[in-house]
Amino acid sequence: MTRYLSDLKIGDKSTISGFDTSRVEDKEFAADLEERLLEIGFEEGLAVEVLHQGFIGGDPIAVKIGSMTVALRKMEAAAIIVEETS
Amino acid sequence: MTALKVALIGAPNSGKSSLFNTLTGSHQKVANYPGVTVEKRSGILTTESGHVVNLVDLPGIYSLHDRSLDEKVSREIITGVHPTEEQPDVLVCVINASNIRVHLRLVLELKTLGLPIVVALNMHDLATRDGIEIDVDRLSEELGLPVVTTIAVRKIGVKALTEFLNRDASAYAKPINIPTDTSTRALQKEAGRITKIVQMSEGGHHKMTRILDSVALHPVLGPLIFFIMLFFMFQAVFSWAEGPMDIVEGTFAALGEIVGDNLSDNWFRSFIQDGLIAGVGSVLVFLPQIIILFSFILVLEASGYMARAAFIMDKLMAKVGLNGRAFIPLLSSFACAIPGIMATRTIANHRDRITTIMIAPLMTCSARLPVYTLMIAAFIPNTTVMGYFGLQGVVFFTLYLAGIVSAVIVAAVMKKTITKGALQPFLMELPKYQLPRLKHVLLELWQRVRAFLRRAGTIILYAAIALWALTLYPNAPEDAPEADIYYSFAGMIGRALQHVFAPLGFNWEISIALVPGMAAREVAVSALGTVYSLQGDEDQVAESLATVLQSAWPLPTALAFLAWFIYAPQCLATLATARRETNSWGWTAFMAGYLFGLAYLIAFIVNVTATALMA
Repeated sequence: MTRYLSDLKIGDKSTISGFDTSRVEDKEFAADLEERLLEIGFEEGLAVEVLHQGFIGGDPIAVKIGSMTVALRKMEAAAIIVEETS
Repeated sequence: MTALKVALIGAPNSGKSSLFNTLTGSHQKVANYPGVTVEKRSGILTTESGHVVNLVDLPGIYSLHDRSLDEKVSREIITGVHPTEEQPDVLVCVINASNIRVHLRLVLELKTLGLPIVVALNMHDLATRDGIEIDVDRLSEELGLPVVTTIAVRKIGVKALTEFLNRDASAYAKPINIPTDTSTRALQKEAGRITKIVQMSEGGHHKMTRILDSVALHPVLGPLIFFIMLFFMFQAVFSWAEGPMDIVEGTFAALGEIVGDNLSDNWFRSFIQDGLIAGVGSVLVFLPQIIILFSFILVLEASGYMARAAFIMDKLMAKVGLNGRAFIPLLSSFACAIPGIMATRTIANHRDRITTIMIAPLMTCSARLPVYTLMIAAFIPNTTVMGYFGLQGVVFFTLYLAGIVSAVIVAAVMKKTITKGALQPFLMELPKYQLPRLKHVLLELWQRVRAFLRRAGTIILYAAIALWALTLYPNAPEDAPEADIYYSFAGMIGRALQHVFAPLGFNWEISIALVPGMAAREVAVSALGTVYSLQGDEDQVAESLATVLQSAWPLPTALAFLAWFIYAPQCLATLATARRETNSWGWTAFMAGYLFGLAYLIAFIVNVTATALMA
């Protein structure tokens, strides 16, 4: 089963394995989402860890990539495919 | 030798603005690029040997894809096609030494635009402290560009850069080895390759940031801390500002009296006293609130907490289609819409920012309180409802709530119509916490103050003088039965407006008071005092006014008057600030138009409903 960054709980460590922006309902929004995710520093092969979740519905989330922390909405995180780090 | 033209460019959180502040010190100015809301910061740097360098601080961007106005303006300036800005001779691309993998991609993208580039490897000290080691010579070699290390917050830390900029424009070489595949992915790959080579040790996560975030972003503690901080900030803007505001008002009143005592009673004295001095006073009276609010905001921004505040509020604000960053400007607007509107600069997206500016005047500002207090004291009986709540308090609360609910509805409608656009990603880096530099905070505070005084202040002053003239001329005839203002231009306008306002239940006295009341909401109270020919100081007028109004106005009129003040933009200072911040007369007209429209509509409904219920 494919897992997405939005499925992870606080403390879960994974590796980014790809992007699937077709999962985002708003097509106009999805069009350049992958580009924006890449620009801010999400990239295949990088380790991610969920650090924090918002107080309403666990949204947005804050994740660690490399030495930086990035905040994003769950809807955006749903487009990032991850693999569990063994 | 002509001055070298240099543009600073870099991703958000590269420390670019800090670097700009250290390089230029107080020799900088903030304006807007013509026709857009993009902020233009420019300044002058004089090198040790006396060469003058003109610096422009371009907006913080991740790439040059023309997706946002920031990106578009930056690209136009760099490529020399911007209609008013000159093309720079050299680009200084600022990259954060703790995050070169991400920031190098922008350097590679900039290489394709052909201008000479120097890379400033910034916050080098912090990265070293976190255990990140970078081979600077190798980085320069791999990029084919000169690289200097900088520590943005220290004068000594920018020495290498100023020395590098101490030459003639022709001394800088155009980049070589320009990337051929310019897709984000290809550039990213190249940036990753270089990072692997030059970054000798990766370092860990910033420890202090990790600890602070475990509290600041805690699902329970985080919001709690945020709300305590907001409460404190709101209190400060409300109560700390009161003393200084009284001093400003007192000083200008005293100044007016000195003039009154020393000049003979003619139009010139009246102009100096009631036009000029009162006008300047009405501008300066906003300064205490602006200074206090911006001190908070700038410290929060510089420390890195503002991004966390946006994180905490995002879910709630997203429900009305706004970004988490819109919360603080809106909250500030409860004290005064002017600093609130100015605070929207932290909202990166143009459409979100416009929407936030448009709804800011709906928050019940402190200037409405004198009007609300007067009307409630005069017309709402001091009884309890449901055995517990004071009726006057309930009405007060309803007035606040009506403003908030209206703002939510207006924002939702705007986001579906005129500020419609693709949903904006929230995606944002949470920067490392940093101790704010007092010097930089003061520098930016001074710029906000100067911007307010220059742009909004002049409009407010002219308007105050115009209103002075309108309420004074022409003079009343001898033995006139009505107050002097009745015969003035303001009186004529008011009496003409009376027909427009009749459906709201407004009489000619109200219509006239609303004309000088355009200057500021609380002026409507003293204007009513003038119309009803009451004597005495502010408090005495308000007290006797309550008694007069009780017998002069039917209840529906009073309620409609309250409803009018929830919406009507009876504040030229707000409109002047909106004009400056949106950089558009169109949006300013829209704001005034929709607020007056709503005020009229709701006051009409209140008047008709109340009249019907009482019949």
